[in-house]
Amino acid sequence: MTVTTPQEPRTATPIANSLTAGRLPASAPWVILGVAMAVSAALFAIVGFAAGAGFDWGGAIAVGGLLYIPSIWIFSRLVEGARRATDRLVTALVTAAFVLAMIPLISLAITVITLGASRFDVEFFTSSMRNVTGEGGGALHAIVGTLLMTGTAAIISIPIGLLASIYLVEYGRGRLAQGITFLVDVMTGIPSIVAGLFAYALFAIFFGPGVRLGIAGAIALAVLMIPVVVRSSEEMLRLVPNELREAAYALGVPKWLTILKVVLPTSIAGITTGIMLSIARVIGETAPLLIAAGFTQSMNYNLFEGRMSSLPVFVYTQYANQGNPPEAYLDRAWAGALTLILIVMALNLIARLIARFFAPKFGR
Amino acid sequence: MSSAATTIKAKQRPGDRVFSGSAVFAGSMILVTLAAVAIFLIVQSVPALFATSEEASILTTNFWDYVWPLLFGTVWAAALALLMALPVSIGIALFISHYAPRRLASVLGYIVDLLAAVPSVVFGLWGIGVLAPAVQPVYSWLVENLGWFPLFAGPVSGTGRTILTAAIVLAVMVLPIMTAICREVFLQTPVLHEEAALALGATRWEMIRMAVLPFGRSGIVSASVLGLGRALGETMAVAMVLSATGVISFQLLTSVNPSTIAANIALSFPEAYGLNVNVLIATGLILFVVTFAVNAFARWIVSRRKDFSGAN
Amino acid sequence: MSKRIEVRDLNVYYSKFLAVEGVSLEIEPRSVTAFIGPSGCGKSTFLRTLNRMHEVIPGARVEGEVLIDGNNLYDPDVDPVLVRRQVGMVFQRPNPFPTMSIKENVLAGVKLNNARISKSDADDLVERSLQGANLWNEVKDRLDRPGSGLSGGQQQRLCIARAIAVSPEVILMDEPCSALDPISTLAIEDLIEDLKLQYTIVIVTHNMQQASRVSDKTAFFNIAGTGKPGKLIEYDQTTTIFSNPTVKATEDYVSGRFG
Repeated sequence: MTVTTPQEPRTATPIANSLTAGRLPASAPWVILGVAMAVSAALFAIVGFAAGAGFDWGGAIAVGGLLYIPSIWIFSRLVEGARRATDRLVTALVTAAFVLAMIPLISLAITVITLGASRFDVEFFTSSMRNVTGEGGGALHAIVGTLLMTGTAAIISIPIGLLASIYLVEYGRGRLAQGITFLVDVMTGIPSIVAGLFAYALFAIFFGPGVRLGIAGAIALAVLMIPVVVRSSEEMLRLVPNELREAAYALGVPKWLTILKVVLPTSIAGITTGIMLSIARVIGETAPLLIAAGFTQSMNYNLFEGRMSSLPVFVYTQYANQGNPPEAYLDRAWAGALTLILIVMALNLIARLIARFFAPKFGR
Repeated sequence: MSSAATTIKAKQRPGDRVFSGSAVFAGSMILVTLAAVAIFLIVQSVPALFATSEEASILTTNFWDYVWPLLFGTVWAAALALLMALPVSIGIALFISHYAPRRLASVLGYIVDLLAAVPSVVFGLWGIGVLAPAVQPVYSWLVENLGWFPLFAGPVSGTGRTILTAAIVLAVMVLPIMTAICREVFLQTPVLHEEAALALGATRWEMIRMAVLPFGRSGIVSASVLGLGRALGETMAVAMVLSATGVISFQLLTSVNPSTIAANIALSFPEAYGLNVNVLIATGLILFVVTFAVNAFARWIVSRRKDFSGAN
Repeated sequence: MSKRIEVRDLNVYYSKFLAVEGVSLEIEPRSVTAFIGPSGCGKSTFLRTLNRMHEVIPGARVEGEVLIDGNNLYDPDVDPVLVRRQVGMVFQRPNPFPTMSIKENVLAGVKLNNARISKSDADDLVERSLQGANLWNEVKDRLDRPGSGLSGGQQQRLCIARAIAVSPEVILMDEPCSALDPISTLAIEDLIEDLKLQYTIVIVTHNMQQASRVSDKTAFFNIAGTGKPGKLIEYDQTTTIFSNPTVKATEDYVSGRFG
């Protein structure tokens, strides 16, 4: 690093503080940003009118942002020197990265809400797609299927995941515990479609090829959910201070009661949060359900017989198998996407609220 | 307590037995499940490995010729996604950990996490409906003006549903997990190191370069490997966005694109019959092996980091 | 309500490492015994072997005998859970259960063992235990508030109340005042004076003034160097240890000329 800060002489007058160097005023970045945007807007206006096209807002803002980054560097370089110029450049780039990530999020939210709203009606939530071609119809069969399969997956994975995490934290020693930790890591990395293939392969052995069952979908989801539950519960159980366990042991409480009545109540909020987030993760899974549970147009309440639709697969099939008119199918797909996102967001929100309001405070 | 004068005798505790027993059982269930996943996939895959085009209509010659372009597409799309996501996620992580005001930081973190909550099928819809039409003009411009560059060679795709679009969607999808890991690591930078750098007269960027990035390097590496693992296995978004022809091609902007293993399974499986099913399961096994290797590599890096983290 | 403790030739190991070697001593009922010594000399480890709390640490094991009124704690078929109901423990840092109220904390030992207790008995027990721990007057109006809302010294007395609520014979205290301010420390020391009328008390402390103030007998532990086992150097009346010790190392330590 070369030091380029100018060294003021010791005998400087009181007004020229020796610690000040050339600095841009605090408002400078905003002014430069505004000018960059204005220049870009002017350019786009001229080009747009010349080509007879409308004004491209997105392009203008993007180019304005691109203009800002070199300009702030040049101005800072001239006034403040190379080191501060680099600093300002990085600040601009880092901020730009964040803004860049917001673009898909905002675009996605706007699209899903505007396109999903047109069919977000009563019929959508009260009817299935049985005997529906073209307009009308709904996703009730898919919503019921999603609830049944996700619920079953949760019933399978929560006890196994929770007990396995208790084993890892409270009992696990040596080879078996290491092995399980390793395998949980491996399971976390299973691609969701592979979980679907597994469930299909498992049931194909018993019911022959071509089998599609709701329970197979539930098993595929459980394979994806168990490692998430184990991971998050393990983390929460490890947060319980050892002193609390010792306090209980010292009172002559057996280990299992200590776990049941001291460790679990202390960490229950965090564990619940983790479980809600794991449900939120699997409820949006499409690929494994497409493979293992297939899709149908009718209601199916029986996990053990026949194909079962789910909301994500409904969205996919509405898009992939468009009939006439295609708008009706696309509208249903977007309405399904909106419903799905709302469910996932609600689960996330509830999870965060639980974490915030029900976590015990360790008084120290 | 005079009654306790007798010898203290051990009492059998059924509760302890039942509890530890079921905990061990649950732990073993995980072993069993994973073994079952591997065994069933292998059993179903074996017939496919030696199948010919006469036995399985999906094949043109043999299994390996079928899977090779898919494997290429999988790795190529994931690598492109990683290339785009890595700098952006480091930038976001730095923005949240070291640039944004403290009070805003957690809110901004939540906002980025929201991206992780969007189901992949919705990303797929968005990719076709919004992203592909939006980037198509840019692609045309790139082909016209930078077509001499091999990756941008034409003819340009008319729909925008190219491997680059799929990779952009993948990048957006792996962004939250990568950002979250980088952010965690950056926030763990010892304050003493940061203050030491600032006390030497470093600017904020110099402090980050001297203290934060070296400390977070292995975290960045493991974030990218985990992101890569996610991108390799992602199915629906690619299946919906990409218009694939199943070739090996590095060109980013044409309508002739390689497919990925996961997307190919999702597209072909509903109509598959007979030995074709086994072929698709075998490709799934290969995907499983690849993601397993990538994740094992990530784990190895993370465990190595524990020894050399410098935080003490 | 108190018992005599007799330790015979006790070795404590952490896996292969010998942490405490060859301790033999006798502790009289209704007395306060202090363990002093430099950090890492094994006094806390030794204290934990008196109610088998060392078993919580993986790999820890013991050779030798600890007799409580003639019953060996380390007989093969002894249940550590029952041992701990007779030998209570108070820890270095106060550790009330964060999910429980003050009242529930006091009743924790009873309730967690699934014992049925009538409401009036429970209220009696809470009042008796809290009065025993000199805390009743400070918390009687807020028994349903969380235990973690109390001050550090109050929390520690709550932990003592919790320990005496299961009516143990012996109370072990592992540096109970090291996380407390001087006024809270004084309150705990006064409490120890009262408690010794009913219980056998063993206390580990780093504070030699504290040992000389509260204890009847004092045991001095020392360690020859890192990696070597801790040993009991001298065990005698507290006055003797502090005024006229027989071993040079003890004299150096109590007079502050140590290390």
